[in-house]
Amino acid sequence: MSGTNGQNPDNIDYMTDTRAIAVGENLPGCKKRDPIVVADNVTRNFGGISAVDVEHLEIPRHKITALIGPNGAGKTTLFNLLTGFDTPNSGSWTFEGNNIAGVSSYKVARMGMVRTFQLTKVMGKLTVMENMRLGAANQPGERLSKALFKNIWGGREREITKHADVLLEKFKLDTKKDDYAASLSGGQRKLLEMARSLMVRPKLVMLDEPMAGVNPALTQSLLDHIKNLKAEGMTVLFVEHDMNMVRHIADWVVVMAEGRIVAEGPPAEVMKDPAVIDAYLGAHHDVDLGDAEGIRELEAELEADEESIVGTEDAGIIAPEAIEARLEEEEGK
Amino acid sequence: MDFGNILSLALGEIVTPTTAAYALAALGLAVHFGYSGLLNFGQAGFMAVGAYGFAISTLTFKVPFVVGLLIALLSAVIFGLLLGVPTLRLRADYLAIVTIAAAEIIRYIVTTNTLFRITGSADGLSTFQREFDSFNPFPPGTYIFGWSNRDFYVRVVSWLVVILCAVIVWLLMRSPWGRVLKGIREDENAVRSLGKNVYAYKMQALVIGGILGALAGLLFTLPRGSVQPANYATELTFFLWTVLLLGGMSTVLGPIVGAMIFWVVLSLTQNLLAGLIESGAITFLSIVQAGQLRFILVGIALMLLMIFRPQGVFGNKKELAFA
Amino acid sequence: MGAFFAALVAALLLAAPAAQATTPSPSPSPAQQGFQNNISGFLRDDARAPIPGVRISVKGNNFEGSATSGANGAWTIPVPAKGTYTVELDTSTLPEGIKLADGQQNPRDVSFSQTSNLSVIFAFGKGIVVQGQDFGQNLLNRLVAGVSFGMLLALASVGLSLIFGTTGLTNFAHGEMVTIGALGVFAFNAWGLPVWLAITLALVAGAAFGYVQDAGLWRPLRRRGTGLVPMMIVSIGLALAARYVFQFFFGGDTQQLPGSQVTDVQLGPISISPNTLWSLLIAAVVIAALGLLLLKTRLGKATRAVADNPALAAASGIDVDRVIRIVWVVGGFLAALGGILWAYYRPGVTWDMGTQILLAIFAGVTLGGLGTVFGALVGSLVVGIFIELTSLVLPPDLKYVGALVVMIVVLLFRPQGILGRRERVG
Repeated sequence: MSGTNGQNPDNIDYMTDTRAIAVGENLPGCKKRDPIVVADNVTRNFGGISAVDVEHLEIPRHKITALIGPNGAGKTTLFNLLTGFDTPNSGSWTFEGNNIAGVSSYKVARMGMVRTFQLTKVMGKLTVMENMRLGAANQPGERLSKALFKNIWGGREREITKHADVLLEKFKLDTKKDDYAASLSGGQRKLLEMARSLMVRPKLVMLDEPMAGVNPALTQSLLDHIKNLKAEGMTVLFVEHDMNMVRHIADWVVVMAEGRIVAEGPPAEVMKDPAVIDAYLGAHHDVDLGDAEGIRELEAELEADEESIVGTEDAGIIAPEAIEARLEEEEGK
Repeated sequence: MDFGNILSLALGEIVTPTTAAYALAALGLAVHFGYSGLLNFGQAGFMAVGAYGFAISTLTFKVPFVVGLLIALLSAVIFGLLLGVPTLRLRADYLAIVTIAAAEIIRYIVTTNTLFRITGSADGLSTFQREFDSFNPFPPGTYIFGWSNRDFYVRVVSWLVVILCAVIVWLLMRSPWGRVLKGIREDENAVRSLGKNVYAYKMQALVIGGILGALAGLLFTLPRGSVQPANYATELTFFLWTVLLLGGMSTVLGPIVGAMIFWVVLSLTQNLLAGLIESGAITFLSIVQAGQLRFILVGIALMLLMIFRPQGVFGNKKELAFA
Repeated sequence: MGAFFAALVAALLLAAPAAQATTPSPSPSPAQQGFQNNISGFLRDDARAPIPGVRISVKGNNFEGSATSGANGAWTIPVPAKGTYTVELDTSTLPEGIKLADGQQNPRDVSFSQTSNLSVIFAFGKGIVVQGQDFGQNLLNRLVAGVSFGMLLALASVGLSLIFGTTGLTNFAHGEMVTIGALGVFAFNAWGLPVWLAITLALVAGAAFGYVQDAGLWRPLRRRGTGLVPMMIVSIGLALAARYVFQFFFGGDTQQLPGSQVTDVQLGPISISPNTLWSLLIAAVVIAALGLLLLKTRLGKATRAVADNPALAAASGIDVDRVIRIVWVVGGFLAALGGILWAYYRPGVTWDMGTQILLAIFAGVTLGGLGTVFGALVGSLVVGIFIELTSLVLPPDLKYVGALVVMIVVLLFRPQGILGRRERVG
């Protein structure tokens, strides 16, 4: 698979495509030039508390979109709703123009909208290769009526295995293919889950916190894999806490807080958005950022850390100036 | 006390039709629980459905053997669908409660006096095996171990059925279809996210295991030529679970070996205890109590197996669904 | 009407011990004993009480035979061959006030099918009492009995539900926790202890069984991190072992607790056994006390917190293990009490009595919503009343079927139960 497969009639290199993503201004709920998912008025309540209340959201095609927000902002719930794993109180959404509200999760996946989970779901008691094969589509042997006849499904099984071998090699799991998945490390499981979701050659890959619990040594390789997905013509939507990652790979950022979408735009822009700062500071009462000295100490520490964005122009919401401005504003009230 | 006799009686249990029936019913449970993670606590109900489905259609509707067999299997399919529809979308323990309840409903219905004409109520039904016996190809005489031609015939048929079913289950479980089931056993949401219709797979597994249960019900009743409702109480299901755990739940051979061990051990303990009581070596037990003591041990064995060796005697711990 | 009912009960009470003492079927004459085929039946009036002492004769195939119905209403006439026979009931031997129902053929021709037993059913009693009045009265009696039955079920289900709520375990050995109460009273009483002491000790034994189970089995398993499904299977093993331990020591007979055989009393329009009334009262008081405990005390709040979210409860300083231990003790106590009340309600004590209502308990808990205490109470009441009311239309040996069917149907449409919250369903 490459950037010039059949799905790309315009012969555009998605990695260097710089056309504007949004139509008009980068406002929450803005229209996109080429959306793959369009959601309207999606709400979900848990015992009277509104977990998700999204008026309008479009996910741009062939882009990497990050869905960020403080804990409890409703990101994972929105994921679950869009993929059919949870039922909304109201709302409708389309995937590639097809209305998929109320469609079962497995049908959504078959349409090419594939997800991973925050808590990795690999089948520990199946081998890595069996996990991969399980991800494949169009295996006639998965029908009960044909399962007994290997001559019917054996050919497809070989194709699937070949495809799985390629993916496993790409994800550096080829040496582990006959091991039980339970023996993999947390990061390797994340890789396996991602590789498995690619077995169906999806159009939209939805990753729920792909970096959570991953050994830093594997982080870079995961980032590269996600960027590769875009190069191969897929659309990526991911939930993440790690701003570093968002900054590095996302083309577009959607910020959620208390179930609503509060900001949208390219990463650099969004991270300076006061609404985003609000959302994050509002949700982190436990972080004592009121003490100016504490902030400077933290800043010094972070600036020394190469991985940190503090002290660079990407600092965005956690730049000391931004926080101080915010504190002053609060005192002024 | 004749140890030789006790031992040969015990070894004879290995190939009885009852052992075959237990093996087959436990194989059905392996399809349910070992491969798909479905908690069926009503396998006795599937067996009863099979046995009564055949007996009633033969006696009341006078259908030929093959039609009776098909009706028995079809009844099991319908029973499985009825159980699956309300429960397979719910948490695992709902299926457990509903299957055990449904098995008891079946038992109550075939026991009630109201339906005496059809079910024979507590006495059960008998003499529905004649056509089955008429297929016996072996001429009268004595066969190995002193079996009569009928003894030999029912053993051959029972074990052929068990072997055939075991081969089919083995083929199914190594197919991509079986792979999806194993995936569901571990995490059904993950399988759903890969575009598989989990509900349909669970339903298929429930029905297939149920069909094996119904066949087991036939193996249980055809050789003895009678069916009584008291044999299909919850204890039967619990014994089958013990058999399954003895042999290993995610293997095809496990339930078969488990059934053999189960019956050999039961026979050994019964005859040993009986021998000891008769010879006066044990005075604090009656023969009846000795029988009960064995079932106390079965219960304890089930607990100990589940706690300390859930993979069974032959199972592979790594492939066990939970540990 | 009242006299009629009282007479029926008196007949029942007289018949019950007699039925145990003698073989149910009258002994046939020696010449008939070798026969393989039987014509048989049960004579019961429209309130399903047995009618003893009625003569029935059989003619046909060059054979004549007769029998008299036993104390339990059963009669059997062995016949030499299958075929067609004429069966006649001697109406002059019927007790006063009982007649064959309209349209009942007598004598009638019957023939064997495949089985070796042929049952002949005679229906009685229609038109003897005014139907409408009888039905209304019966309904009322059943309703009160159902509430009483439901309350004793609730004792057991509340315990089951508390255990499920705090540990997640669906305990299939809960039926045996019910049995232990009734068996305990019988055993302690058989040792010569007075009834009140026997009951107290049986309740202590029930609580102790709960404690020992938790300390010796479930807590170690929780420590090992054993999953809920394996624990459920372990509970099956425990149920099986305990059941046969009971049978080992107790035997297979039905025994009676002291004071279980009493005549009904008339309370306004309701005719009811005083034991049933006491049972209702005791269960109501205990459940009310438990409700207060759960709602008002620190321990109750801690229990609800653990049921809601064990990890959070532990983090906020609640000793989760202690709460669970207490829940097991309370659950054992409640189940034992339920068992004792049930032994008076049936009446009778058997080694497998808990198993017989285990599914009714499950039905109550499931109907109310797994893991909700007040749901278990409501669900059990519904099940109890439903079981008693269906016995107006269903034969008594299908008594429990209705409740189980309803449970399955409710799961179809409202899987979270009557009071359960939707989010709890997995």
